[in-house]
Amino acid sequence: MLDNLPLILSSLAAGVPPTVFAAVGGIALTIALSAVAGLALLSRHRAVRAVSRVYVEFFRGTSEVVQLFWIFFVLPALVGYQIVPLAAGIVVLGLNHGAYGAEIVRGAVRSVPRAQYDACTALSLSPWDRMRRVVLPQAVVEMLPSFTNLFIQLLKSTALLSLVVVDEIVRRGQLLVPNLGVGEKLTIYLVELLLYLGLAVLVTSGMRLLERRAAARVGRPPTAARSGFATGVAM
Amino acid sequence: MTGIWDWGYAVEVLPALLRGLQVTVLATLLGSVLAFALGLVLAIVLRARVPVLHRVVRAFVEFWRSTPLLVQAYVIYQVLPDVGITLGSLAAGVIALGLHYACYTSEVYRAGIEAVPVGQWEAAAALSLPRSRVWFGVILPQAVPRVLPALGNYVISMFKEVPLLLAIGLVEVVTVARQLSADSFRPVEPLTLAGLLFLLVSLPASILVRRMERRAGAG
Amino acid sequence: MPVEPMVVLDGVHKRYGDTAVLSGLDLRVERGEHVTLIGPSGSGKTTILRLLMGLEAVDAGTIHVGGRCLTHMRRRGAVVPADEKHARAVRRTIGMVFQQFNLFPNMTVLGNLIEAPVRVLGMSEAEATRRAAELLELVGLTDKTHERPTRLSGGQQQRVAIARALAMRPEVLLLDEVTSALDPELVAGVLRLLRLIGESSDITILCVTHEIGFARDFADRVLMFDGGSIVEDGPPERLLVEPRVPRTKEFLAAVLEGR
Repeated sequence: MLDNLPLILSSLAAGVPPTVFAAVGGIALTIALSAVAGLALLSRHRAVRAVSRVYVEFFRGTSEVVQLFWIFFVLPALVGYQIVPLAAGIVVLGLNHGAYGAEIVRGAVRSVPRAQYDACTALSLSPWDRMRRVVLPQAVVEMLPSFTNLFIQLLKSTALLSLVVVDEIVRRGQLLVPNLGVGEKLTIYLVELLLYLGLAVLVTSGMRLLERRAAARVGRPPTAARSGFATGVAM
Repeated sequence: MTGIWDWGYAVEVLPALLRGLQVTVLATLLGSVLAFALGLVLAIVLRARVPVLHRVVRAFVEFWRSTPLLVQAYVIYQVLPDVGITLGSLAAGVIALGLHYACYTSEVYRAGIEAVPVGQWEAAAALSLPRSRVWFGVILPQAVPRVLPALGNYVISMFKEVPLLLAIGLVEVVTVARQLSADSFRPVEPLTLAGLLFLLVSLPASILVRRMERRAGAG
Repeated sequence: MPVEPMVVLDGVHKRYGDTAVLSGLDLRVERGEHVTLIGPSGSGKTTILRLLMGLEAVDAGTIHVGGRCLTHMRRRGAVVPADEKHARAVRRTIGMVFQQFNLFPNMTVLGNLIEAPVRVLGMSEAEATRRAAELLELVGLTDKTHERPTRLSGGQQQRVAIARALAMRPEVLLLDEVTSALDPELVAGVLRLLRLIGESSDITILCVTHEIGFARDFADRVLMFDGGSIVEDGPPERLLVEPRVPRTKEFLAAVLEGR
């Protein structure tokens, strides 16, 4: 049953770079969109808030698979130009998770106590300095744990790119399945699952490091110690 | 080809899409029932600290929620027949959804159970209530109502994840949209309508959950 | 020519929802004067400080600080409500210390002290750091310069907050129940510091407090508030010892009994 293990391992391992590339690209885009849309949700201008709200509700309200298919199949029909699948995937991962991230950013900024704003007023700090020097540094500490969970979700979502023929881990597996014997499907999928678990542990440990540093910067102990090894669930 | 958007064609494909949406909703509801029930079992096992079992369950929950639902669906749909369990697309899809989301709902229940004051456990113990009465008569009736909004949010998430079950042949709304666009070479209307149908269901559902949250928060 | 008062409130109205907190309040505070505001909670004392600091806006009336109008400004000959920029320019001469300290947890003690001087007054970092060192010496916390505020005791945090307000060289200092959140054994140190500042500077100070003993030897003048207006106004040695208004008598009796 394990005769083909080396083949399975090497085939699936070849899918890791595209998966990682999609995840890293998606995470980068998520961070940028979360920041922009999240701050826009807090804008004084009604129109700015409205635009951001529409973006957030639209991407949170529809299915990621639909968004992916739309960019992959509909957009080319409209603009007559086919986007590289991996690029289309990164765009969808970023747009989708950025909408969730925007709410995290909004919530974290709003969680900074009113008293901190009062102190800024008492020191005559400008609204810009207040946001950049006082509010955001405190909000970041608040938002990091939620972003850890969001990034794990994004990592899992990269598997959907197999549906638009990106050669990532799952699609490599799908190409193997018909060629190998009956008993080896389980091996293939188990290796896939373990690869994702490994990547998730990497994401989580990296984020934990950031969380600890950020918490220390505002003189707080790190957010409640969590025992979960990958997603940080306390149980 | 006509313009960008062909209303006639859109109207023509709508009934088929709506039938697909019914399957999506059905899979969501069945998946939710499974996730609610299984999540509760997992939560109780974890809370009761059954010696070896709770460690195994804990590791499984962590593992299962860190890995993609798509791969898990493949395992259930393609690997189980090798050991003699053959499931249809809907059954396999529902089990995949239910199992995946049970790992999240167990966490929700845990938080709800922890929010029940310790005094309630002590009072139940002081009355020598049997174990099952403590859970089903005292603790859960207090814990479950306050976690309903969180569970509701997971139902909405699940609804939006059903389309990935097209990979195991479930004929839900996005599958229908893909078939229609392949037949007609017109992807714009079916896929855009599929997206709008999701909004049409999930936006009111989110508003409902937000209302539940407010009520739970006020109560 | 008579010197203009430092703080002037004319017919100030302020309401929260349906409750009027201040209704037509007039108040004058002279340059360098130390005024203590006492009275039951909800009587409007803290609201005056918050209006002066620009944390709240007046519903009606005007406030002048140092001869400049805080609440209104002139635009094309007409008097209009002050915009953010105008208010910020006037507020620059006012400092405030809060009940809950409100230090910035994301900065060190030094960071808290130099933030506004550098960014608002445009002071060089070296200059601001030198000033901060002097102020930390004054408040006795030189050894905490690079510490995070959350690692300090409440009393230490409040002394840092006082230093932070002084770093802006305010002409008016507002003290809002600065000892109310402190453990009893930490109160004395903060009050000693405030007395020192009061004696060694010409800053105009408005202070809301429940520490009657402190009010007596710190203030030039005590204002007794009740129901949004000043019911008695006089020097502490008279007002606190032989109050003329029954409401003041009751209040002082209640406060003194509570200890």
